[in-house]
Amino acid sequence: MSTASLSTTITPGLDRPLKNRTSARQTVSNSLTMAYRGLLKIKRTPEQLVDVTVQPILFTVMFTVLFGGAISGDMASYLPLLIPGILVQTVLTTSVVTGVQLREDMDKGVFDRFKSLPIARISPLVGALLADTVRYAIATTITWIVGYALGYRPEAGLGYVVLASLLIIACAWSISWIFAFFGVIARSASSVQGISMSVLFPLTFLSNAFVPIDTLPTWLQPLVNLNPISHLITAVRGLADTGTIGVDVLLALAGAAVVVLVFAPLTVRAYMRKA
Amino acid sequence: MTIPSLAHPRTDWAIEATGLVKTFGANRAVDGVDLRVRTGTVYGVLGPNGAGKSTTISMLATLMRPDGGEARIFGHDVVREAQVVRQLIGVTAQFASVDENLSATENLVIFGRLLGLNRREAAAKATALLEEFNLTEAARRPLKRFSGGMRRRLDLAASLIAQPPLIFLDEPTTGLDPRTRTQMWDTVRRLVANGSTVLLTTQMLDEADQLADRIAVIDRGRVVAEGTADDLKASVGTASLQLRLTNPADTTDALRAIQTVLGSAGTAAPQAGRITVPMTDVDRVTELLLTLRDAGISLTEMSVQKPTLDEVFLTITGRGVDDAASPTPTTPDHEVSAVA
Repeated sequence: MSTASLSTTITPGLDRPLKNRTSARQTVSNSLTMAYRGLLKIKRTPEQLVDVTVQPILFTVMFTVLFGGAISGDMASYLPLLIPGILVQTVLTTSVVTGVQLREDMDKGVFDRFKSLPIARISPLVGALLADTVRYAIATTITWIVGYALGYRPEAGLGYVVLASLLIIACAWSISWIFAFFGVIARSASSVQGISMSVLFPLTFLSNAFVPIDTLPTWLQPLVNLNPISHLITAVRGLADTGTIGVDVLLALAGAAVVVLVFAPLTVRAYMRKA
Repeated sequence: MTIPSLAHPRTDWAIEATGLVKTFGANRAVDGVDLRVRTGTVYGVLGPNGAGKSTTISMLATLMRPDGGEARIFGHDVVREAQVVRQLIGVTAQFASVDENLSATENLVIFGRLLGLNRREAAAKATALLEEFNLTEAARRPLKRFSGGMRRRLDLAASLIAQPPLIFLDEPTTGLDPRTRTQMWDTVRRLVANGSTVLLTTQMLDEADQLADRIAVIDRGRVVAEGTADDLKASVGTASLQLRLTNPADTTDALRAIQTVLGSAGTAAPQAGRITVPMTDVDRVTELLLTLRDAGISLTEMSVQKPTLDEVFLTITGRGVDDAASPTPTTPDHEVSAVA
């Protein structure tokens, strides 16, 4: 019982070593603890994983069956086009959840307790973003598996598939900053969902995810070519099919970096004002 | 307990707040609150719902930035030295709770890790606290299946991980049954015996009476009375005499008779024909009854009540707790017309 707080004499306020700043080391440690909390929450509420488990299966099968014949003649030849596209779309959709859950979390009582603790202010935000990379990894893995089951054989082999997966996870993490920003500034979780979807849909559908660009109206083609998501999808196709690390990989990473550079400071500033 | 006051006389005070103000739009939730809490004592903040108790705690606990005034915790400013203050306080409140999705152990381990304990220390601390608060059996159960009392105990346990010298308890016993309430009171007493300072808010005078060394009565964002429990009770009389008049129109005459005979002002309650009189001198009540009879003022009911928060409120603010939130203040000697 000697460790229990009620049986030990409390150290008076003045006899304590106190500092008004949090060190970088403490910030990292607090953020990792918050990420651990995020993982525990996933473990405790597995029903929240529906969007990274059921959804990839459903969408991949549905799109293959629906569009395979129309776009590529048959399902098998549509797979190399579709799988990278649906992969990127699924994982990005998952990153919207980051913002929604952040909002829900900030509305809860536990968040106020975090604010009363001598921890790095930023750590709940960083922790949430870190923990969600696990969700992206699950969604990515399941989509590859469903693709494989449907008959998709990435020609470049497993090594490049892993590389492509890492690229997707990194880009999804970057884009999740956009939704984290909405999560911080929005008033309710459902409004986060609404705003995020209206950003996400044009971003993923106005790309080469599901159809070849040359089938699009000519006025739309430059826009789709500019979309960093198109470059990400092309990069993934290149990696999985031919094992090429082309210029699209660089463009996708550059696009991701720009998103982080713009939205991370915005999010952090809005967050710190509330935290 | 060590007494730091010799070396640092300033820190005799665990809390010093002057002129705290917090506004939400047009509503001044906290409107110039002054509080001074001596180290090693229990301080009770008493007031009805919406009086500004929680908002005051939020500002003292660095959760909200005051719009005006300043506050120091053990001499540290809550705005400029917020991170220092956070190392000195524990907060248990409805608004600062634990994670619903996690188990009790997981919650305590995470808070322990955040406070700088390593994995082993955090686990040991969680086990010890759960044992201390009789939660060991429920340690792995989802919090959704916790009773109100268990939740409150876990909330408190989570605030004690760092053994803070100052603990805020926002309505720690609201909604608890009498037995769990007594347990909570014992816990608070043990905390103070070990050298903690406790600031608690409550709606019950009895609770403040049982626990607090000093009490501040707060209403509409202002401290309307401050003192020991005895001071407060003295101001309302050790008990009060409740009269119900047959004819509410006699209220003014009855109040005048009360003033003459007992020498203290009666308070007309919002319910028609009801008068509350602080009873400082029981012997004179007989004379009052005779005077009322001689004046032809007939009573339907007479009773003696020990002071309650309601009485403290009626006496100090001239309003009952129930209408404390109403926008227009009523004066103690207004014409009674409201029907409750």
